[in-house]
Amino acid sequence: MPIELHRIDDRLIHGQVVVGWGQPLELRFLVLVDDEVAASEWEQELYRMGVPPDMRVEFVSVAQAVERYERFAADPKPGMLLTGDIDTMARLCAAIPALRRVNLGGVHHRAGRAQKLRYIFLTGAEEAELRAMAASGVEISAQDLPAARVIPLDHILTGEAIA
Amino acid sequence: MSDAAARPQALVIGHKDFAVGIVSAVTAITGRGDVFRTASNYGLDTRAMEAIVRDAIAEGVTVIFSDLPAGSTTMAARRAQRDFPEVTVVTGVNLPTLLDYAFAAPDSTRAADLAVEKGRAALMVARGNVRAD
Repeated sequence: MPIELHRIDDRLIHGQVVVGWGQPLELRFLVLVDDEVAASEWEQELYRMGVPPDMRVEFVSVAQAVERYERFAADPKPGMLLTGDIDTMARLCAAIPALRRVNLGGVHHRAGRAQKLRYIFLTGAEEAELRAMAASGVEISAQDLPAARVIPLDHILTGEAIA
Repeated sequence: MSDAAARPQALVIGHKDFAVGIVSAVTAITGRGDVFRTASNYGLDTRAMEAIVRDAIAEGVTVIFSDLPAGSTTMAARRAQRDFPEVTVVTGVNLPTLLDYAFAAPDSTRAADLAVEKGRAALMVARGNVRAD
């Protein structure tokens, strides 16, 4: 599977992605799916600065990601697809039948969100969106780093796994 | 202590307890930890981190030291810098860099550059003599 991880992380490209996952998985490309970043040269430059020279990064909108997903998935090198929020990933899952596994890597505190894990905070609407994705056959779990415990969606939503 | 020395001139922002830890080392060595304000990215999204950086700038911080060039801390600093081009962002900070900066004159425009030179020069690989059998 060339796209090793489909990750939701509101920090997008940062240390955990580039170093924490990037090194053990030997990631060679990142696909950052975000309509705002895809439309801003300045934002792209900012994120590009955080990517090592041996890692390629593509900035795409949701529509472009759907259109190009087959090409990303056919890449022989390992890669990661990243979104900054749950809604963007939900839109991708709805449009790409092959995208059936999602990693929750970081959804941090903001007004209206309740803590579910140390690094996952959700609004009621986000919770409902995750439940709907799971009901459609997408396997969702949380794991901030490769060495961390994989926590399935059911356990996340009960909030029992806060640590 | 002068007003300039009492007011932090620089922000150190890093992962988890990095900033508090490295500034505590500066204090232990120089007694000048009050030159630095500290912040952590722990539990924060990029917007919240950027807000911390902007608050620091509003209170007079002109130099931001971050730990990891690829980190969210650097992203937050660079984002805030867009509106405050007079602010300097230094990435990959180490202890020798901060020690040098701690002794810089508060009005020095080259303090960050000189501190980076010191920090870079302090990185070395030391190997013991290997005996040939």
